[in-house]
Amino acid sequence: MNAVTLYLLSGVGIVLVCLYGLFVHGHLVRKILALNILGSGVFMLLTALARRSGGPDPDPVPHAMVLTGIVVAVSATAFALALARRVHEQTDRPYLPEDDPEDA
Amino acid sequence: MTVPGFLFDALLAAALPLLAWRAISARELFAGVVVFISFGLLVALAWVRLGAPDIALAEAAIGAGLTGALFLNTIGRLNTSGSEETDERGEPAERRSKLARALVAPATLGLGLALAWSLLSLPEPPVGLGERVGEAIPRSGVSHPVTAVLLNFRSYDTLLEVGVLLLAIVAVWALRLPRYRREEDPGPARAPVLAGLVRLLAPVMVLVTCYLLWAGTTLPGGAFQAGAVLGALGVLLLLANMLDLPAGHGGALRLGLAVGFGVFIAVGAAALLAGRVFLDYPPQMTYGLILLVEAVLTLSIGLTLAALFYAAPPEDER
Repeated sequence: MNAVTLYLLSGVGIVLVCLYGLFVHGHLVRKILALNILGSGVFMLLTALARRSGGPDPDPVPHAMVLTGIVVAVSATAFALALARRVHEQTDRPYLPEDDPEDA
Repeated sequence: MTVPGFLFDALLAAALPLLAWRAISARELFAGVVVFISFGLLVALAWVRLGAPDIALAEAAIGAGLTGALFLNTIGRLNTSGSEETDERGEPAERRSKLARALVAPATLGLGLALAWSLLSLPEPPVGLGERVGEAIPRSGVSHPVTAVLLNFRSYDTLLEVGVLLLAIVAVWALRLPRYRREEDPGPARAPVLAGLVRLLAPVMVLVTCYLLWAGTTLPGGAFQAGAVLGALGVLLLLANMLDLPAGHGGALRLGLAVGFGVFIAVGAAALLAGRVFLDYPPQMTYGLILLVEAVLTLSIGLTLAALFYAAPPEDER
């Protein structure tokens, strides 16, 4: 087992726990945290695959894709958090109506 | 590979999914965000190990730093607006029906196993674009491969990404979140240490921004990392209450936010006028054009990140 395999499995692990957390948690900020870290898990897979592709230097194309992805992820997270604040402002609850533990 | 190196990789690879789970499920949201920030820094370390210093820089600055600040800001706002449930005593996960959780667990596990299997059974020898990028570097105008891919070979992606940033700030402003009131927080008077620190840091951060931008053509670095440092400076200035946009200056801010996307499109379109393909720079001007685009991108990315943190639109709107 080499380092690339280790980090590939680590990326799979991150994606897995984040998917599970995304579904079982109701709190909007937790859902957004899960989505953001899920993105990091995917970046981990891409970066590990870039290292895998032979040669002394890693493949720069996945690196550029991850860099683009990090900036898109921060924009999406900022927008999602602003939406969560808006939901909280309107309903006084940080949950979507169908996920609200007080209604369940 | 050395044995200590392998042990380090193994520990790091095992710690990351655990930290991810702690970040999402910590009993208190605040603790979760702190774990999230440490997760970001450790991921950056993993990327250094995988030979990706560009991504490590961007992740440490944007992923851990700015995104962490965004989360902390949000949970602060959720708590101050006077509702009691956000202190997280009723763990929402516990309230989920057992059936739903029993269905989600095997489904995600199955997906994870399928993903792991597909990744571990990839064909040998691996294929990649590394060699082709290496061959084309002399024609790209810069010598750092990641910058060459970002701003030359795949500049279309980067253009659209800057468009996404612009779209994000437009969308956040459209939600019209309340403005942070100066009266609520006397700023420098209340936090003299922060104000003093920011005064010391600001010139250094401007210098680091310029260095990262300049170095990006030959070394790891570039517009995103430089923009992230500039954005972090903006956030610090906002936190220390040393940056306030006076009413009536919304126009300048909007111009600053849009200039990166605008200049990038203009450069791309100028290539069309010169009889080339969109974004296909003339060979003798590549270096200058890439540096121009990177400079305006740095400004716009930095401003956008700080504006996303502030969230409220400028006050001069009717």
